[in-house]
Amino acid sequence: MTRWIAFWNILLKDMRSYYLKPPNISWGLIFPLAWTAMFFIRSGSGLESIPMLLPGVMAVSVLFGTTSLLAVTVTFEKKGRSFERLLLAPISLEMLMLAKTTGAILFGVINAFVPVLIAVFVADLRGVAWGTVVSAVALIAVSSTFLGLFVAVSVSEVFEAQTFSNFIRFPMIFLCGLFFPVERLPVWLQPLSHALPLTYGVDLLHGAIRRAGRMPPALDFGVLAAFCVILFAASLRNIRRRWIA
Amino acid sequence: MTVPETETREESRPAIAVEGLAKSFGDVTAVASATFAVSESELFGFLGPNGAGKTTTINMLTGLARPDAGRIRIAGIDCSRNPKAAQHLVGVVPDESNLYPELTGFENLCFCASLHGMRKEPRRTRARELLAMFDLEEAANRKFAGYSKGMKRKLTIAAGIIHCPPILFLDEPTTGIDVASARQIRQLIADLHRNGTTIFLTTHYIEEAERLCDRIAFIVSGRVVHIDTVPNLIQPVRERHTMQIAFSKPAAGLGEKITGAFPDLDCSEPAGNAIRVESAEPIRVGPLVRFLEDLGLEVMEARRLRPSLEDVFIRITGLDAALMRKEKEKPGDAS
Repeated sequence: MTRWIAFWNILLKDMRSYYLKPPNISWGLIFPLAWTAMFFIRSGSGLESIPMLLPGVMAVSVLFGTTSLLAVTVTFEKKGRSFERLLLAPISLEMLMLAKTTGAILFGVINAFVPVLIAVFVADLRGVAWGTVVSAVALIAVSSTFLGLFVAVSVSEVFEAQTFSNFIRFPMIFLCGLFFPVERLPVWLQPLSHALPLTYGVDLLHGAIRRAGRMPPALDFGVLAAFCVILFAASLRNIRRRWIA
Repeated sequence: MTVPETETREESRPAIAVEGLAKSFGDVTAVASATFAVSESELFGFLGPNGAGKTTTINMLTGLARPDAGRIRIAGIDCSRNPKAAQHLVGVVPDESNLYPELTGFENLCFCASLHGMRKEPRRTRARELLAMFDLEEAANRKFAGYSKGMKRKLTIAAGIIHCPPILFLDEPTTGIDVASARQIRQLIADLHRNGTTIFLTTHYIEEAERLCDRIAFIVSGRVVHIDTVPNLIQPVRERHTMQIAFSKPAAGLGEKITGAFPDLDCSEPAGNAIRVESAEPIRVGPLVRFLEDLGLEVMEARRLRPSLEDVFIRITGLDAALMRKEKEKPGDAS
């Protein structure tokens, strides 16, 4: 029970202190809306193109929603030494880091469904496999959050975390099949695309929304889950090696 | 390393037992084979200058740093392999006030209590109780970022004891705060000690250690050079007689003249306008003052000095205590 009280209160504090602040709420709303509008205008087609755009917009919303604040919630607290309080709490490091990342995961999931809420009113989404969509969004959120966590615990300064995040996020957008199908990328870039978690998330969403997935959903889910485990384990290893040295 | 210790406390299981603790950062040895034990309900002082290894030792004891070698037992639990094992038994007050600036004093205390698994009502009650104890009731709903340095320190200590830990680590609790707050904190430490809390206190204020601690360890350059009770530490200097004599103008180079005329006196020159004389026998003031006046000096004051832990510290470590204090108070320093 002790650890769940700690877990819940860490999550609650982060939600109040970081995620539910007006600038972050507006960022969470405006960012997906801006991406939706940008993709829509760029496509030059009618409302029927929305289901085609939706997977990419959702994936990008999750990616930015989850990774943006981890530099603050983790790196900034480490820099200000308040993170030491958490390290001194009688809960396992695994539990502590899950508590610190759950806020980002929830924020990412909510971000993903902002464009869906708009699309429901203007497009025909009757053929969508909602169960797969929800599971895919949750897994994309977890893997993106753990990617953000890995970045946050690999650096010492907040600006380093933000720079490092962008260094990973922006190439990922172009390589994961959002703008161009992976098979149309240069041959030498395709292996790199398959080394990115978002590629599998986007493929899952394409499959669930448009029935246009390239890989079997089980493979996408499996690889995404593996990314989650590896990134979380690597982050914990980094914390133990660098912060409890 | 063998540490001279005249009084051991074998009667009870140590609350903290450390054996051969060592930590290096690259080529720099922060702590070198430290061995000591702190009994239950004891107030143990860890005294040393800036960079001596005090904070590194606390970090290793509390699980914030991994020792390179050695063994740590907290309340009998081996924490060498699993530093988390005894964290439910300890409270830690770090050398910097590290609460959350965006939370109020009350919220900070409630949050820290929740980290130790306290339920909502008990933690709110305890938070109110501590805010009252530290005279912070009026500031309870103000954000921590707006607190003064003394208020921040007091709230940080309150956060360290919110869960009533039987063992408390206090790292430089009174450094850099106003006199009134420091006095209040010392009183609180004494009260906690009286109520049976085991306290591990690091400080560079020798008077603070002397006033509060049962036993004191001197740490210099990562080495624990001496551990003993305060009365035992002071005993050798208590048997010495010390006087400070002040003049109307600087009196440099007097030492040799005095020891030439009075061979049983040791003489040092701690300040420009004063000398300090020491002797194993009571000092006869009259002949000494006459001698100094014959040298053309105007004696303004001659007073007997009470033997203090500072004398012992200087004698054992060879360090200047006043310099140590000044160094620590430089902004941005941490040991």
